[in-house]
Parts: sequence; structure tokens; C-alpha cells
Amino acid sequence: MKSEVASKNKKTKKNKNTNKIRLRDYWDATKVVLKSLRQYKKEAILSPILISLEVIFECIIPLVISWLIDTLNAFAIDPSIQPFDALMEILKYCGILLPLAIGSLICGMLSGKFSATAAVGFSKNIRHDMFVKIQGFSFENIDKYATSGLVTRITTDVFYVQMAFMSIIRMAVRGPLMIIFSMIMSFVLAPQLAWVFLIVIPILGVMLTFITLKASPIFIRVFKQYDDLNERVEENIKGIRVVKTYVRSEYEKDLFRNRAEAVRDNFIKADKLFVLSNPTMQFAVWLMITICVYLGGSYILQSINAGNEWFTIGNLNAINLYGVQSLFNISMLTQVLVSVTMASTSIMRVYQILTEEPTIKNPENPIYDVDDGSIIFKDVSFKYHEGAERYSLKDVNIHIKSGETIGIIGGTGSAKSTLVNLIPRLYDVSEGEIIVGGHNVKEYDIKTLRDNVSCVLQKNVLFSGSIKDNLRWGNMEASDEEIEYAARLACADDFINSFKDGYDHMIEQGGTNVSGGQKQRLCIARALLKHPKILILDDSTSAVDTKTDARIRKAFREYIPEVTKIIIAQRISSVEDADRIIVMEDGAIDAIGTHEQLLKTNKIYQECYISQTKKGALS
Amino acid sequence: MKKNTLNFSKNRESDGMKVLWRLVKDMFKAYPWHYSIVLFFLVIVTLASLANSVIMNILVSSITDPFQDFILNNGAIGIDWNEAFTRLMYLCIIQSSIYVVGVIAIFFYQRIIAVCGQKVINILRIRMFENMEDLPISYFDTHKHGQIMSTYTNDCDTLWQLASQTLPQVVMNVPTIIILFFLMVYFSIYLGFIVLFFSVIMILVTKKFGKISSKCFLEQQINLARLEGYTEEMVSGQKVVKVFCHEDEVIEGFDKVNETFFKYGEKGNIYTNALMPALGNIGHVLYIALAIVGGVFIAYQTPNLTIFGIGEPISIATIVSFLLFSRRFTATISQVSSQFNNIVLGMAGMTRIYHLIDEPKEVDDGYVTLVNCRYDENKNIIECAERTGQWAWKHPHGDGTLTYTPLEGDIVLDHVDFGYDNHHMVLHDISVYAYAGQKIAFVGATGAGKTTITNLINRFYDIADGKIRYDGININKIKKDDLRHSIAIVLQDTNLFSGTILDNIRYGKLDATDEECIAAAKLANAHDFITRLPQGYNTPLIADGANLSQGQRQLLSIARAAVANPPVLILDEATSSIDTRTEALIQNGMDALMKGRTVFVIAHRLSTIRNSDAIMVLDHGRIIERGTHEDLLEKKGVYYQLYTGSLELS
Repeated sequence: MKSEVASKNKKTKKNKNTNKIRLRDYWDATKVVLKSLRQYKKEAILSPILISLEVIFECIIPLVISWLIDTLNAFAIDPSIQPFDALMEILKYCGILLPLAIGSLICGMLSGKFSATAAVGFSKNIRHDMFVKIQGFSFENIDKYATSGLVTRITTDVFYVQMAFMSIIRMAVRGPLMIIFSMIMSFVLAPQLAWVFLIVIPILGVMLTFITLKASPIFIRVFKQYDDLNERVEENIKGIRVVKTYVRSEYEKDLFRNRAEAVRDNFIKADKLFVLSNPTMQFAVWLMITICVYLGGSYILQSINAGNEWFTIGNLNAINLYGVQSLFNISMLTQVLVSVTMASTSIMRVYQILTEEPTIKNPENPIYDVDDGSIIFKDVSFKYHEGAERYSLKDVNIHIKSGETIGIIGGTGSAKSTLVNLIPRLYDVSEGEIIVGGHNVKEYDIKTLRDNVSCVLQKNVLFSGSIKDNLRWGNMEASDEEIEYAARLACADDFINSFKDGYDHMIEQGGTNVSGGQKQRLCIARALLKHPKILILDDSTSAVDTKTDARIRKAFREYIPEVTKIIIAQRISSVEDADRIIVMEDGAIDAIGTHEQLLKTNKIYQECYISQTKKGALS
Repeated sequence: MKKNTLNFSKNRESDGMKVLWRLVKDMFKAYPWHYSIVLFFLVIVTLASLANSVIMNILVSSITDPFQDFILNNGAIGIDWNEAFTRLMYLCIIQSSIYVVGVIAIFFYQRIIAVCGQKVINILRIRMFENMEDLPISYFDTHKHGQIMSTYTNDCDTLWQLASQTLPQVVMNVPTIIILFFLMVYFSIYLGFIVLFFSVIMILVTKKFGKISSKCFLEQQINLARLEGYTEEMVSGQKVVKVFCHEDEVIEGFDKVNETFFKYGEKGNIYTNALMPALGNIGHVLYIALAIVGGVFIAYQTPNLTIFGIGEPISIATIVSFLLFSRRFTATISQVSSQFNNIVLGMAGMTRIYHLIDEPKEVDDGYVTLVNCRYDENKNIIECAERTGQWAWKHPHGDGTLTYTPLEGDIVLDHVDFGYDNHHMVLHDISVYAYAGQKIAFVGATGAGKTTITNLINRFYDIADGKIRYDGININKIKKDDLRHSIAIVLQDTNLFSGTILDNIRYGKLDATDEECIAAAKLANAHDFITRLPQGYNTPLIADGANLSQGQRQLLSIARAAVANPPVLILDEATSSIDTRTEALIQNGMDALMKGRTVFVIAHRLSTIRNSDAIMVLDHGRIIERGTHEDLLEKKGVYYQLYTGSLELS
């Protein structure tokens, strides 16, 4: 995952004219991701509308205040005005002000609420969509991503997108509106002064944007470096035994110190740029106030001198407020810029998941019934990647009758697992076809196919939850009796009953609190609950003792004779009573036959048998 | 860690303040001049902005006074307009000079704070890491990795917030608030009290909102862990999910966790978003109140009450500047209150950071050291500085004499008892004799104590009773570093480090040449796959190991042990997490590595330990059977049952 990012960076460095295309990529990604807004569209639209209303209120308030001040002023100066009248005048303005303040309060709080709901809900939907997408992945898709990478995408990356979204629907709406309204009001109130804004605001905007654009690439770089530093810490925590065993703590300390200092220096570099923005901002604010006060003051004096009242102290006050508001919103806008920059890599990574196409899809007009458990491999070849040089499986032809028990034996890397993974369409064949129950596997509804072809994978996983919960994976509606029956068939009932809470015993994540053999038997029971037509055990009894192993196979023979059983094993004893045994070698079938036949004719089988019986010779 | 947070919540305020104070002391200790200058500039900035409020007041009256005179005199006489203009200009010049000083002060103090802040964080970060590296293994066994990690990430981030934003803001704003308040009272006590009343409301609102949102964010954090856990479990079990067509149920489960996470996030954000409009509009209402009361005062010419006593009626200039003050005042208060959450979070984060820094280190009072040596003509051991490839234990005795014992790898456990605490012994009366070059295997159920024994040999834990001797020397007398130098471990979890493949092999011996590393890789059977990688030995390892299989990683860790070339080797289930495809490959590498060394093996597959010199079968912390493979088979006991498959290894 990190390498993707690194290579992406490399690409852009090499080739600067790809920049334009990248911007379009972001736009495409944004369009796709925005589809997840769904039920929160209402909030996402309401929030900017309410913010606009709030901005209008907030822009009227200084105007009313300026009238208020003028009233106060007039009435302080002019003793002829009756106190009562003056008070009524003040109350009138307060009467206007109060609803405005309340209106602004309501709009502000509601828009805050809606934008929170919209942004957080949006991120909830993105997570849901990503998770659904991942659930739709085929084995080939899954192999492409590391688990931890997917988890980061679903949590951290989505969080950055959420932050950016929130700041866009709040500040990116508020900022420009606030600036525009303030400008309009200023021009209405005092065109003689408002031109100051036209100069100060763009200058400040350009400067802050410049600082942000200059500093944020450094920040992104440092964050990457910072992540690397923390990764080293994590490696040290996890690998503390290795560190201590090789007495490398001094080495690690030196390494850490150097890297931490590099991170610090880069942070300082970025910060030095970034801290410029605050004094710049302050400078702009104060510059503006000084100019306004001087010019405004002069105008007031002039207007008194001239004997008219075209410019008042209230106007001056209002202009100042508008100015400060505009400038403040410019710096808010640069924050939007920061959060959007932060989210830009994240949104691409989210987009990648959302647009990843599952390589195995349901056919149109699928078949929903599997007639029997017969399997035919017709000239099947398979490779894991299209570009791979070598076929993992080459020209395999097998006919398996319904109800047959097939053993598969072969050295490591002989593609035994690969062979059986093709039957429930965990992977699609590269060439040839596989026919189950008379139809090509690609014609079946995937769920139907996989329910009928029950596969116990070599890499078994139990999930956190009770034993019963885990077994019900095979069949959600299974009754307690059915569950117990399946457990009995898999010889798991003994140890389950030895737990105080029996079938309600809690399994920890990854099944760490049961032994390997127990785990395998639970997985077999889980697969049996599907009532499959074909049952595949991929090295699923390796940790089970030989006696129990035999008992399980006996149970299969007696209670589910109609089910086609395919058993991959290391131990000859696990397959010797099968109807036929397939010997695999290097991605191809070396021989097929019964135990006796193979023992006579097949060299690989003989070697295997001898090495295993010799080991157990003393028994 | 759990204990710490409990203590923290019990004594939150005082502990939190103590921690903050310690941070401030640390900051000043590290950069006394810089931070003093910062304080100086902060004072200047505060004074400048206050001075401006005052000047603004004068400015306003400089404009209104002539106006008033003008009206009072019916526009007839006595106003020197030129003087009024000049006065205005002077005031503006004074004001802008103060502004310039203020901007310069802001620029400098922010720069210093940013730079020193990063430096202080770095100092603390390094102190944390350096102390962590020296902590005993028990610390890592009793603390969740994620929690230690979050001290480096989340807590350091809040520290950054605290040092570079929150503390300066508080330092700058609190005096501003106080001075502003006094200024207001100076002008009018009545109006001052109105401001005070509204400030209290603002603080209460902030506290209320802050409390709700921080509680929600805390809950959100807990639910984030849940969400991550669920996603992690389901994504790593994805293939099983697919096989059982369980996608819909899994999605349903995800949605449930996702929804809870959403609810807390939503609520927290609502209260955060609502705070600013609330405070801003309380400010507006304050404005209204001031205007009305001020209006009443002026209308009825009520005598003003200031700290100097009852004075003249309030002037319009006073009200106008009061309105300006109150705006500053409320703005400052909302700034400080927006830091409220940061202070609470910062205190909690700092507490954890200091806990990690203060955690007591692993104790080592060993004095026997490992030295390079050579033999003179009489076969006496002579210590030497250069690398000879021969090692000896240098043992100083109480009477001042020195003895040298050659390093051979002879290990004896003599009636060893051990427990993680004093009450529950997990190992009972363990005696193992491993002469140099022998291979000893431990077999037994999970939790029988196999790994614990190996943890005692390299003193990750100290025994409760009995003795462990290395080449005849009690290992308690040996310096831990030197003891560990003489033992290498290959664990089930490979624990490689980011860096290239070559870096990782060299981890076993830092001054190993490339040739030595490659030789070690060849020995471990790793050379072939490494050379087939596009970048060969310079291939960087990716954090989650996406570019190397589990088996290949294990081969690297074996190569790492090989390059260290110690006389004693511990293999702790080194192949149990490997799929059968690669196990054979690894087995050859391990066999090559074991040659000529004292080896302790903990193995899952019994076929790999058949050729051991002795096999110990452990059960509940006791050795229940011991002997060679043949002996034990003949005995027809537990080992026999395990080996023939009639008993399951759990």
C-alpha cells in the first residue's frame, strides 16, 4: 500500500505534465465517492443554505449596531432629544437586533447540526459501501490487498474525507459568502472606504494561499516520515524480544534519535512557513483598521465641517466589523485548503476500493439448483495472475462421480489446494472448464454453488462469538439438534461438552482459545451444516489425532454417503480408504487409483507411504 | 496502563495540573531563554492589543468631541479643524506603530514557540523511546501494544497542540481577560457586571457543550477500536466468509458497529459545531444589553459608578468603547473556551507520556562480561581487544582476582521454579542439562510452560528458586547484554524491521560484511528466493509484509540468527505458523543453523525433533517425561501417544 503511494509520488516527480490528469482523477474520485451521500443529501444541502442565512443575519447585525451607535451618538450630542424618545429609539434597534441574533443563533446551530450529520453520515455510508465492496471481492481481489491496509482505508482515510467534506460544506460556503456580503454592505454604507477591502482582501488571500500551498507539501512529506518513525516504534514494541535478544537497544535508540531529529527538522521547516500566516493576518487586520479609522475619521470631521452627515461614527464601526469578518473568513478558507490537501491522497485510496471490480461475478440467469455431486475437470489449466509465466495447474482432466470419496496427496507446492479451490469458483479457471452436477460452475448462482460445495480451507478461521454462533455460519436456521448432529459427525461433541457452557462457550478472535485440532473439527462441523453435495477438506485434520481422524471419516461414510468428499491430506492414513486417490506433482496429476493400485505402481505414493510408515514403525 | 488511567480519573484535576506544571518546567529547562523571550513577546502583544483598545477609545472621542462641541456651539465657533485633523493623524500614527510592534512580536513569539515546541516534543519523544527500550519484558507483556503505540501517536499529537497552541493561547488570553475586565470596570462598574454576567453564561455553555462532545468523542474512540477490530477480523477471515456466502450477515454486523460509531461521532460534532454560533450570539445579546443599559444611563443622565466612586454620567464615547471592549472580551473568552477540550485531553496525554518516561528500567547487576580472547602457548586464555572469533567469560571475583572461562554454550537449569508473581508458580522443579552442542526439545500443550523456560534462560524473567548456569556461571552474575549476545532466538512471529532484506539479516551482527550476510542467507536456505526478487538483497520490506510470504520472512529471521553466530540457539515454534508448502524448505535451513550449537527447540511437528539429544515433555509446568526419541517411544507414555497420533497436541 505504501509502495503504491511511493510509486505514485515517483511518477509525478518524473513527469510533471501528468499533473493535469491527476486533478481530473481527483474529480472523478470525488464524483464516485459523493454517491455515498444518499440519505444525507438533505442535510448536506440544508446545511449550506442555513449557513447562507446565518451569514446574512451576521452581516445585517453590524449594520443595525451602526445605527444604534449613531442613535446613541446623536442623542448624546443633542440635548434637545427627549430621553424617553431616545430610549424608545434604542429599544427599536434592539428590537431589530434581538430577532436577528436569535435567527443567526438558530441558523448557526442548525447548520452545525446538519453539517455534522451530513459529514459523519457521509463517512458512515462510505465505510458501508467500502465494506460491501470488499465483501464482494473474489479471492483474486482479496489477495491483492493486505488486511491492515484495508482497515486503514476504511478508518483513517475515510476520516480525512469526512473532515474535508465537513469543512467544505461549512467553511467553503461561509467564507466566500461572508466576504461577498461584507463587501456589498461596506459599499452600500461607505463606498469611500470600501475600496480598502478590495486591495487588502485579495493581497491577504494570495499571501495565505501561497503560504499554505508552500507549506502543505512539506507537511505531507513530514507526515509520511512521521508515520515511518512511528512504524519503527511499533516494530520495536512488537519485536522487543528480538531487540533484547540481539542487544540492539542502543542501536535502536541511535536510529530513533536520528530519525526523530529528521522529522523534527522538517516539521520546523514547515512550521516556520506556516507561522507566517498569523502575523500576516494580524498585519492585514490592523492595517485595514488603521486606514479605515484615519480615512473614516477624516471623513467624519470633514462631514461635520461641511455641515452634513454623510459619514458617521456608526458607519466607521460597521466598516471595521465587516473588514475583520472578511479577513477572518479568508484565513478560514485556507484551513479548507489544508483539509482538502490532506484528504486528497485518502480519497484516491477510497476511490480505488469503491471502483475495484470483483473478478468473479454472478452470471445472468443463473442456475439455482445443483443436481448432484459429480465433478468433471475438462482440460483445466490455471494461473494466479494473467501475467504469470508458469501455470500453477496444467491440463487437468478428472471425472468424479457423485458420492465418491477422493483423496489427494502430493508434495508441497504441487497445487492440491489450487485444484480444489476451482470447484466452488473461489478462483476461475484460466483455460478449460469445470462441470459440477452437469453444468459449468460459471452458470450457477455463486451462493447456490458455494452452499452445495462446502470447503474447509487450509487456513481456517473461527470468529469471535460462541461455538454455536460459529457453527451457524454453515446454516443460519440450524436448530440446536442439527448443530449437535454436525458436531457429532465431526467428532467435536466430546470437547464441546467438556466446556462448562457447552455450545455457548465463547471463541476468541481467530480461535486462539481452542487447540489446533479442536479448531479443525469445529470448522468441519461448520462446513457439514451446509448439507453440501460436495465436501472438500483441505488438509483439515492435520492437527487431529489419527484415531479421531478415522472416526470422522467413518462417520462420513455412514451418515453422508451421498456427499462427494474430497480430502487433501499429508498423512497417507487419512486417504488410504478413499475410493480413488489423486497423486499431484508440480501442478499436474501424476496418477489416479486406489491405495493398493498406487502402492504398486506409483513411485511418489510409494515414497510417501514408506517415509510415513517408517516414522511410525514402532507403533 | 489500565491502572494508570484509573488513578488518573480518580485524581484528575490535581494530577492533571501537576503534569501540566511539569511540562512547563520541562519546557523552560530545555529552552530557558527562548521561552523567556516568548513570555516577553507575549506581554508585548497583550499590551499592544490592549493599548490599541484604549487608543481606539481616544480616537473615537477625538472624532466625537469636536462633533459634540460643534453641535453644542451650534456650529458657530471655536473649533480648530486643523488641530482636529492633526490630532487624528497623530493618533493613527501612534496606533499603527503599536500595530507594527505587535505584528513583529507575534511573528517572533510564534516562530520561537513553533520551533521550540517541536524540539521539546522531540526531547520527550526520545526520552520515551529510550526509556521504553530499557523496560523489562514484563512491561510489554502486561501492556497492550496499541496502548503503548498511542502514547507515541495520539498523546504526542495532543502534546504538540498543548505546547504550540493551547498553552500560549491561555498564557496570552488570561491576562487579556483580566486586564480587559479591569478596564471595563474602570469605565463603569454597572456595565462591567453585565459583561461579567454574560461571560459566566458563556463559560457555562462552553463547559456543558465541551463535556458532552468530549464524552462523545471518547465513546467514539472506543467504538473506533471496535470498528477496527471487527473489520480486521472479517477482512482477514474474508476467504471463509466467501466460502460460506456469509457476506450479508457480515455486512449487517459491520453496519451495527458502524452505526454506533456514527451516532457518537455525530453527536460530538453537533455540539462542537454548535458551540461557536452559540457563543457568538450570546455576544450579540450582550451587545444589546449593553446598548439598552447604556442608553438608559445616558437618557436619564444616571451618575456612573467606577472604581473611583460615583462620577459623571456615562459619555457616548465610553459606551462606544465599551461595546468594542465587550467584543474583544467575548472573543477572547470564546478563544480560551475553545481550548477547554484540548487542556483536558492534553493533561491525560501528558500523564501517559510521563508514565512511560518514569517507568522503572530493567535492572542489571551482572558483572561477568563476554570478551574476545585468544590462547597463549600454554592454552591460557588471554583477553584481547580485537575480534578473534573466540570468546570467554571474564569473571571478576570478590578478592580482586579474575578468571576467564571459554564460551561454549553449556546450559544447566537446576531445580528451577518460576512464577509471574510470588503466589502462582507456573514452573515447578525444572532441571535440564544441555551440554555444549546438544539439542534439547520441549513438547507439551499450549500453556505448559515451554516458552517460559526459554524466557528464563536469557533472563527476560528472573527465576524464583533454583539456579541456571551458563558455562558453569550463574546467569544472574552475567551482564544481561552479554548473556543475550550469546543466545539467539527464532520466534514464531518473525518480527522483522522496516528496511532492506540485507538490513534485516545484518540485525544479528551489525558489523557483518555483505558476504557474511549472504553466507548466512545461504545457510538458512533464503538465498534463492532473495536473488529471485527484483531488487535482490536490497528489496525493502513493506510494513505488513505484503511482498514476502510468511515462510520467506521466517527464513530471514533464521538468517538473522545465523549471522549472529551464537553458541546457544532457541527455536520457539519457528515453523508452526508456516503452511506446509514452505515448511520443508525452512526445515533444511534450520538444520543447517543448528549444527554445532546448543539448541532449545519448541516444536509443533514432532517429526522435526526426533533427532534431539533429549526431549522434555511438559505438562502444567512440570517435566513429566524425558529422554531420547527412542527412549520415550519405548516408554509408551504421553510422548508415544502424541507421536503416533493417538493423542492430540493442544
